[in-house]
This record gives sequence, structure tokens and C-alpha cells, in this order.
Amino acid sequence: MKIAVCLKQVPARDWQPRVNDKKTWVRDQDASFELNEPDAYALEEGLRLKEKHGGEVVVCSVGPARVSQALREALARGADRAIHVEGEAMASADAFTVAEALAAAMKDEAFDLVLTGLQSDDQGSAQTGVMLAALLGIASATIIMEVDVQATGIRVKRELEGGWFQWVGLPLPALLTIQSGINQLRYATLKGIMAAKKKEIRKVAPPSGAVPRQQIVGLYVPEKRKQTRMIGGSPAEAAKALVAALRDEARVIS
Amino acid sequence: MILVIAEQQGGTLNKATWETVAAAQQAGGGPVKIAVLGATTAAVAADLASADVSEVIRAETPALEAYTQDAFVSALAALVAAEQPSDVFFPHTYQTRDFAPALAVRLGWALVTDCVGTRQADGRRLFVRPVFQGRLLADVACDGPALATFQIGAIRADSLKRGAGPAPIRSAAVSVDAAAIRQTPEAPFREAKQAVDLSQAERIVAVGRGIKEQEKIALAHQLASAIGAEIGASRPICDAGWLPMDRQIGSSGQTVAPKLYLALGISGAIQHLVGMKGARTIVAVNKDPEAPIFEVADYGVVGDLFDIIPAVIKELQG
Repeated sequence: MKIAVCLKQVPARDWQPRVNDKKTWVRDQDASFELNEPDAYALEEGLRLKEKHGGEVVVCSVGPARVSQALREALARGADRAIHVEGEAMASADAFTVAEALAAAMKDEAFDLVLTGLQSDDQGSAQTGVMLAALLGIASATIIMEVDVQATGIRVKRELEGGWFQWVGLPLPALLTIQSGINQLRYATLKGIMAAKKKEIRKVAPPSGAVPRQQIVGLYVPEKRKQTRMIGGSPAEAAKALVAALRDEARVIS
Repeated sequence: MILVIAEQQGGTLNKATWETVAAAQQAGGGPVKIAVLGATTAAVAADLASADVSEVIRAETPALEAYTQDAFVSALAALVAAEQPSDVFFPHTYQTRDFAPALAVRLGWALVTDCVGTRQADGRRLFVRPVFQGRLLADVACDGPALATFQIGAIRADSLKRGAGPAPIRSAAVSVDAAAIRQTPEAPFREAKQAVDLSQAERIVAVGRGIKEQEKIALAHQLASAIGAEIGASRPICDAGWLPMDRQIGSSGQTVAPKLYLALGISGAIQHLVGMKGARTIVAVNKDPEAPIFEVADYGVVGDLFDIIPAVIKELQG
């Protein structure tokens, strides 16, 4: 089975984002970057499927030169080779632009299965995977908790809302967005890190003339809209004041 | 004209639809129409007609009975071509997330997801959405028509304008080629026996790391039963297996918008806040006065929840 895993490199979760002068993106010069955590689960699922069914895992990413670091990490965890669509401006590109860049770089590879994380920790659009599938002309399903490879295709467990799930059958080729927590992540071994140095990262230029359909024109810290009333006193006094406020002021309990 | 796509399952309207209709009414994009897709849509359409909208459109065909991405994209692409809206709004549900990106590609339109509102600036309509885990808000401009999804709880359903009389209801012809649907869906099922849809709960008592031990969750249950609330939790509690995963509230769990949200021993990491900050009234009880949960709370009590909660239960009973 020829498996692609699309992943993104994003600013580390504990980095406090600061807005640039134009207020269109963050000042990420001083950020540290990491593999987008939801994509790590997609990578792990891809590696497990390869271990079970054979084939290869190709990791694909769009972004500046720094992204090769995230690809190298994925190779160290066990991916076989990588495709890097390299462009400085792609760091803040919208999902449609990223999906178009991925589709152009991946279309001749004829992957059987393409996996992505649920969404990214930076823009969090949760669009790239399904858009990529539509651009490649393959079927897709989202928020997947389990993947079962069958003779004629795959059967996947989708997470619905409110504790509901659903099995869905799909023909191959197909794309899945993987729910975080589907598996236990592995870490790169020293042997894997050494082996990764010899693996191929193929660099591809992004498609020329792409016009983004949307733009961030303002970026700011959300205003605190609420006035918090702090309730003090002994536990009994605080309880009395709180219950009175919820009954008579907020009117949310009877 | 803004077209709102209602979400329904088996003839029951997803309440998040009302918030999206309110968002469309407030967007200033001209008349608002609502479309409802499914195999049987009469009852839901009649319900939706109470909103102050110019029309409710029923797009009914048997191939839309069980949700599939391919059928929805096909039906919606045809509906958009026929109705020519300037924008299409959806509630940001798991179902929308499954098909909207494919629809955007089919139409060649922008898709702006997880919006918390819209605003006008310099003659442009901007979509406002959280980025970087909610630590920043972005104003997003689209040059052409756009699809936009609205975060559950971001717009108050009670800001919805109702019409003086019911809006007209029309049936639109939709044909979906059932043979072209690639997904084969099976019946939805629940894993946890008492799984609950917390997004519909009116009151929620939620526990975080501050509860310290699994046995102490009983205290939260006592409080919940005293006020008629569901139990929820932050991610660490569910990861530890103290409560089932379907009780998790936040970016990797459910998004909720109850009338009352009581956060007990929850510090308020952004991943949790994005799932509950749409609650109408938020109460935080926490030992740490600097905990970020107090940023979103209406009422805050700094102290030991093991002293305060029994006192609250006593007060409720007295």
C-alpha cells in the first residue's frame, strides 16, 4: 500500500504569538517550531498500516525551508521518503492554497491512501485534507478513529458528535483525516535518526500564479468581554452569595 | 442573499442552526434564506420558517437520507448554482467539516471555518475567526463569494429575529446520482452507554485537575443533580479514564453553550476555553486566583473546591 501522510510544521504550542507590524501574521522569527500534533497521529497511523500491510510511507509538507526539519523527524520515526513543497510565503497560506500546492506535487504519485491530521494548531481551518482529496479526485472521510483495510477498499470509523460513531466504507484511493488520540505515538530511535539522514527529501516549487481566495487583513488579541464578579468570604458566605446570584441575577437555576 | 444550510438528523433540527441563522441576519448581506437537505424535511422546514427570513427551501431526495459527503456536495453545488447566493453559511459541526471543503473546491469558492462573527470595515465584509488556539483573532477578507462556518456558541441563538408570520416554504428540485456516491455509511452507534450530547445541555458542571482523585468526582455529581446539570470535564480527566471521553469539553472534545457552566478546579487552558466560552453564565471555582478560567468567568470564587462545593450544595438544599 502506497501511503502519503501530509503534515505541517507549526509554532510550538507554548509559544505566545505576537502580531507582526502589518497585523497580518505573527512574528515567528523568534518562534520555535514543532510537528503539528494532530499530524503526528496521522503519521503514526500511516506507519502502523505499512507495518501491517506493507508498502511505503511518503511524508508531504508545504512551507519554508525550516519545514525540512519536521520532515526529517517524520523520516526518523519511520517514513520512507519526503516531498517538500518549498516556499517562504506558504507559512501563512490559506488551506485552499496549501491543498493546491500539495495536489500538484502529489498527483503523479498515485497514492492508495492519503492521511492528514484533523486540523493545524496555527490556523486551525480543518480544510486542507478534504480539499486535497477533492483536487485529487479521490473519496474522503474525516475525524477517523479506526482504519480497517479490506479486500475491496477500506472501512473506517468516523467520530460523530455527542458520543456517536459510524463505520463508513470507501473505495481506494482515499483520503482520511485522523482524529488525535487514535493511537500511541512512537518517538524516533537513534537508529531511526541515523537512517533518516540518508532518506530522500524531494523539493518541489509551489504552483506559480496561485491567487489566494482569502486573506488575513487584521490580527489581534481578543478583548476580554466579561466583567468577572469575584465572590469572597467563608465557604458558607461565598456559597450563599453565589447561589443568590445564580438564582436572582443570572436566573440560570431555580 | 445569504443562504444558510440547516443541519438535521432524522427530522430533528440541530439547534446550532439557529445561531447560524442569527449570524446571517447580523452579517448585513441582504436577505437571508435557509435551505434544509434530507429525505424528509417538512417538519424541520416548518420549524425554520419561524425565523425572520425571506424563504425556507426544502431540498428533499431519498439519496440524502443517510449523510454522505458525495451526496451533500452534489446536492449543495446544484442548489448554489440555482439560488446564486452571495455567501453560504453553515454551523461548524462535524458534518459540515466533512463536506464543506469539498464543496468549496467544487465551487472554487473561499471557505472560512469556525467563525465567531462578521463585521464590516472599509466597505468590506470580514469574517472573524480564532487562530493559534484562540490566543488571537483574525479578520479574514474574501474577494469573491464565500462559504463560512460558525462556531457553536459564538453567536447567541436568542439574538435570532423571528418573523411576524411564517416565512414561505418552497421545494427545490434536487437530484443526486446515488451510483456516484463513493461512501457507504453504516448506522451510527454509541459506544458509551449513557453517552450524552453535551452541546444540547442547559447546565454543565465540569471538573478539571483540581478534583485530584477519581472518587472526588462524586462531589461534582451531587452538585450536578442538585441543579439539574450534566457532568463534563477537561481533557486530563478523560485521558486519565476518570470520566469517559464523551464527557470531554474543549477543542478535542465537545463544544458547548449551556445557560450555566460551573468549572470546578479547571485552570482554563485555551484548548478547554474554546469549547465552553460560549456559555451564557460561567462560574469558576479555583484555588489559583491567576487561573485563566477567571478571564472568561462571570462569577469567580477563589478557594478550595472541597470546602466551597459542599457549602453550595447545602445552600441549594436549604
